Amino acid sequence: MESASEIISSESIARRFEALRAESRRALVCYVTAGHPSPSATVELLQGLEGAGADVIELGVPFSDPVADGPVIQASSAAALANGVTLDSSLELLGRAGVSVPVVLFTYLNPLLAAGPDALGRAAAAGIAGILVTDLPLGADPAREAWLARSGLDFIRLVAPTTPDDRLAGICEHGSGFVYLISRMGVTGTRDGAPADVGPMVRKLRSVTDLPVCVGFGISTPAQARAVSKMADGVVVGSAIVQAAGDSVEAAVNLVRSMREAMDG
Amino acid sequence: MAGKKDATAVANSQQPIANSSPDRFGEFGGRYVPETLIPALDQLTAAYAEAMEDPSFTSELDEMLRDYVGRPSPLTFAPRLSEHVGARVFLKREDLNHTGAHKINNAVGQALLARRMGKRRIIAETGAGQHGVATATVCARFGLECVVYMGEEDMRRQELNVFRMRLLGATVVPVSSGTRTLKDATSEAIRDWVGSVNDSHYIIGSVVGPAPYPRIVRDLQSVIGREARAQMLERTGGLPKVVVACVGGGSNAMGIFHAFVDDVGVELVGVEAAGRGLDSMEHSASLARGSPGVLHGSLSYLLQDEHGQVRPAHSVSAGLDYPGVGPEHAYLMEIHRATYVSISDSEALRAFALLSRLEGIIPALESAHAVAWIAENRGRWSDSDSLLVCISGRGDKDVAQVSDMDLLS
Repeated sequence: MESASEIISSESIARRFEALRAESRRALVCYVTAGHPSPSATVELLQGLEGAGADVIELGVPFSDPVADGPVIQASSAAALANGVTLDSSLELLGRAGVSVPVVLFTYLNPLLAAGPDALGRAAAAGIAGILVTDLPLGADPAREAWLARSGLDFIRLVAPTTPDDRLAGICEHGSGFVYLISRMGVTGTRDGAPADVGPMVRKLRSVTDLPVCVGFGISTPAQARAVSKMADGVVVGSAIVQAAGDSVEAAVNLVRSMREAMDG
Repeated sequence: MAGKKDATAVANSQQPIANSSPDRFGEFGGRYVPETLIPALDQLTAAYAEAMEDPSFTSELDEMLRDYVGRPSPLTFAPRLSEHVGARVFLKREDLNHTGAHKINNAVGQALLARRMGKRRIIAETGAGQHGVATATVCARFGLECVVYMGEEDMRRQELNVFRMRLLGATVVPVSSGTRTLKDATSEAIRDWVGSVNDSHYIIGSVVGPAPYPRIVRDLQSVIGREARAQMLERTGGLPKVVVACVGGGSNAMGIFHAFVDDVGVELVGVEAAGRGLDSMEHSASLARGSPGVLHGSLSYLLQDEHGQVRPAHSVSAGLDYPGVGPEHAYLMEIHRATYVSISDSEALRAFALLSRLEGIIPALESAHAVAWIAENRGRWSDSDSLLVCISGRGDKDVAQVSDMDLLS
């Protein structure tokens, strides 16, 4: 962590994973919805998550119709929209937070399209390191995928439990930064019990790419984070942090700190 | 493998990305969905192509449409409405189908497809309840589990249809998020499907959603136009001057338009809901007042703000109360093959009463928008012009809602 905290401007995702690999540690990727529960809380939350040991932060742009999200992130998105938050004001919040960990802009396609052809340039200027578009799977729109790939931002691609083997290589080849492996069927949200066995899918991914593999969906407790971190390069936590942030920034930061300790311990 | 050394560079791969969704209408359509759904859409595309080549499938579909749905639906000449409008008005009577609307044409076909794919659980969204009822009906007929998502606001407006679905054995799930209408019911149905795609088929109710749905639903609804075209030729010896249908998502309109698209002399008119007026922000006129955007898996016209947030739609008719529209309509508008107009709540309510009193036919509030457009344009045609209007459904479901509005006073 010492080496990472000395970097002032935002760090590339690749360098962060290299540093982690050198220390034999796994990445903790934390999602927050920009503007939830309030814009000022988001600024504090970004800073707090960095301090608690987040390696990568996903900054969610609120959308009116988040079909890939469960009730917790849906509600956070609605609250952020009620607070008037947009893609550009999400970038402003990031600027105010001044964090140095790499930040991935996590968005649905429509707000990104509405933000115009220079939206990716504005994101890069604001310090965004990567972009993830929930509803733009490989091959859905080659022209817009090329726009993202040429932007200079890392283009984070998703792999689902249903993804057939013959798509894996293409998804990795046309992605960068890391691969986001969805651990189970369904929308985002917390789940009780043991996480899905992602070992076989991680092994398949490793056979086609050197990109780090981060596993998300349904990981909400330190024990789950620890279990999953043993199977992959990183763990993504979303709804649990958003839920805690709804109570207080401190609750969310404490959750992330306890996950960090469980993963490193 | 590209990027073995430098992970940040691999997105700049020179390999072109293969376009896995050629299923577009011009630039519109596509498959903008979470990765989880891609294999199911591939499976559906393949299963549908195979089924259409399989005589046992098409003959069973034809038999169901004839013996269960009651097709062909009649073409009714409307003498008193004709006199009122000043043209020969013919009504395509989808209201006389089993379950009272055109929605069953699609539900029957997709239920047969689901069975073919070995999926025993069916998901559907519904606005007015007509698609939900049609889906619940075919699920009862084929012994399939049925879950229907419906906005709480629509459940209130269409209480009778909620009871019908439950009577038919379906589970109706209230949707309390967002606008509590069709848009959010559709989002919730997609969320269910993302989690259940291995054993469930989503019977989407309109020509919307990711490819291949807009094409499949259009094909299954195109029986409306095929029949109507033959009936017009037989009855009048010619084609109609104008074909008119209401457009929410646009399935009855695509269904009746499709057979006429190559008849360049036939004017195709889609009627959107102007709600409380196009300038009121309370309407559902996606084509007239929207702009291209991505909602529910496809690129089409959409009511949205400058930040790409979807705006709530409004219509007195729950079935038109949707901020998007099928991508093929966007295409037909852009190539100027079809014209899209709009009709307000109050105009639609007047037409609801007009058709009831002139012809003894109570139309669905959705279909009343199509009737209203010819009524509002009376005098525009000559007596020898024939107009074909799609009566997409019957109005029984709307009687309680309209009676509360004191329309008759």
